[in-house]
Amino acid sequence: MNQQQPIISVDHVSMRFNLAKEKHESLKEYFVALLHGGVRFDEFFALSDVSLDIMPGDFYGLIGLNGSGKSTLLKIISGVYKPSAGKVTVRGTIAPLIELGAGFDMDLTARENIYLNGTVLGYTPKYIDSKFEDIVEFSELREFLDVPLKNYSSGMVARLAFAVATMTKPDILIADEILSVGDFLFQQKCEKRMAELMSGGTTVILVSHSIEQIERMCNKVAWLDHGHLRRNGPTAEVTAEYKHFEKKDSMKADHA
Amino acid sequence: MQSIKNSLAGFWKYRYLLQNLITRDFKLKYRRSVLGVAWSILNPLLTCLVMFLVFDSIMRGLRGEGIPNFAGFLIIGQLLFNFFRESTSMAMESVLKNAPLLRKVYIPKYIFPMEKVCFAMVNCAFSFIALVIVFVITWTPVTFATAWMALYPLIMLFFFSLGIGLLLSALYVFVRDIMHIWEVFCTLLVYASAIFYDPETLSGIMQKLIHINPMYWFITAFRSCVLWGEGLTLSMVVVCFLCAAVSMTVGVIVFKKNQDKFVLYM
Repeated sequence: MNQQQPIISVDHVSMRFNLAKEKHESLKEYFVALLHGGVRFDEFFALSDVSLDIMPGDFYGLIGLNGSGKSTLLKIISGVYKPSAGKVTVRGTIAPLIELGAGFDMDLTARENIYLNGTVLGYTPKYIDSKFEDIVEFSELREFLDVPLKNYSSGMVARLAFAVATMTKPDILIADEILSVGDFLFQQKCEKRMAELMSGGTTVILVSHSIEQIERMCNKVAWLDHGHLRRNGPTAEVTAEYKHFEKKDSMKADHA
Repeated sequence: MQSIKNSLAGFWKYRYLLQNLITRDFKLKYRRSVLGVAWSILNPLLTCLVMFLVFDSIMRGLRGEGIPNFAGFLIIGQLLFNFFRESTSMAMESVLKNAPLLRKVYIPKYIFPMEKVCFAMVNCAFSFIALVIVFVITWTPVTFATAWMALYPLIMLFFFSLGIGLLLSALYVFVRDIMHIWEVFCTLLVYASAIFYDPETLSGIMQKLIHINPMYWFITAFRSCVLWGEGLTLSMVVVCFLCAAVSMTVGVIVFKKNQDKFVLYM
């Protein structure tokens, strides 16, 4: 394995959002505002100048308060957002577990959704056929296969989604607070599956508010604070500091 | 060149998604209806019957005399225009409707308008059975030597609608007014597409106006192949191709230029 080449390199990435300061209810108000010195936008940096290298086989934790830019960073890595500045290079396939069940159609049955969501992730029907039994087995939903998803509980949907997303061995698994759903038995099962993937060489990025979980599973941690990368390194060092962190010490988000 | 190659590779990778989305739409469209798929045939047949009765009685004067086989003439215009209206309006909303998905997973965004146009084409293919039924009832002879050429205006109409669908879906993300404007515009277009009258009987200016409407060309070319047994003229071939090419070029360029901004406006 090539140890020198990072599997994901985040290179000076910034993400800027425009927040409209005044709401213009109609076109007329908008034009009036335009005449009076222009429409003002508040530019807000969800991420400013973040650089990060993730090596193959890393189990990377992302921590930070609400609104610190964790999800934005994950979305940039998985290609949903295009960064306003900087560059992200990904060398491998990504299985995103960002908000489970995003690709599900609630009117379709579980069986139909397995195929639909599998193709959303770019797999062939033949491949999904070969993994179908595994998915059903793992999600423990055999009796409910032909029931429309709208009749499922949220825990059942999450189980199905996790089983679909991890059907293959991706190079990179991105998990955004997904392990907080489901009962504790299923959480253990998910952690076990992730550990299996890891031993097969998969790189994992995990977002979690549970420091205990991060300490248990990750070998490296990046700490985001209002869009800045505050600390980045081995788990023990970063989490020790994070635990003593107080709100008054937080950094300011960039405005333009 | 490289980017074209990349998009084609991406398209090949997601072809099964396209197929699955079409199947889903089809299943959901007819779920809980007793007659199911039969509606794809019944719907255009009944609509056509209503129009036939209206234009054969109350508005007989408007229709103009001298259209042989009015039923066949009418249903061809009706089916093709329906395809155009259905595909473009469904494609327009498709990107925004899939916002929850596009905000979370990377998928090429053009898949959604493309899927809607393909779905409309599948529906259109089913409704051609209605066309066959009308031809059998009215005992219309079909010249097979020219009928197969109707594929040409149909394929060109597909790309014409796809281009417009891409353009509309991109604009709709930023300006929601487009939906209302397009609805009204389509209603206007119904009357300008020579669906239930023969434009040759109109005055000079009206005739010229109708000749700049691409839909008139697709419909007339199709009729010429299937109904009149005359095949395609050179001007039909050229005009249909140009309309499709211009629409695709504009649609693809506008869509591509704006697609990275979509997520920020959804």
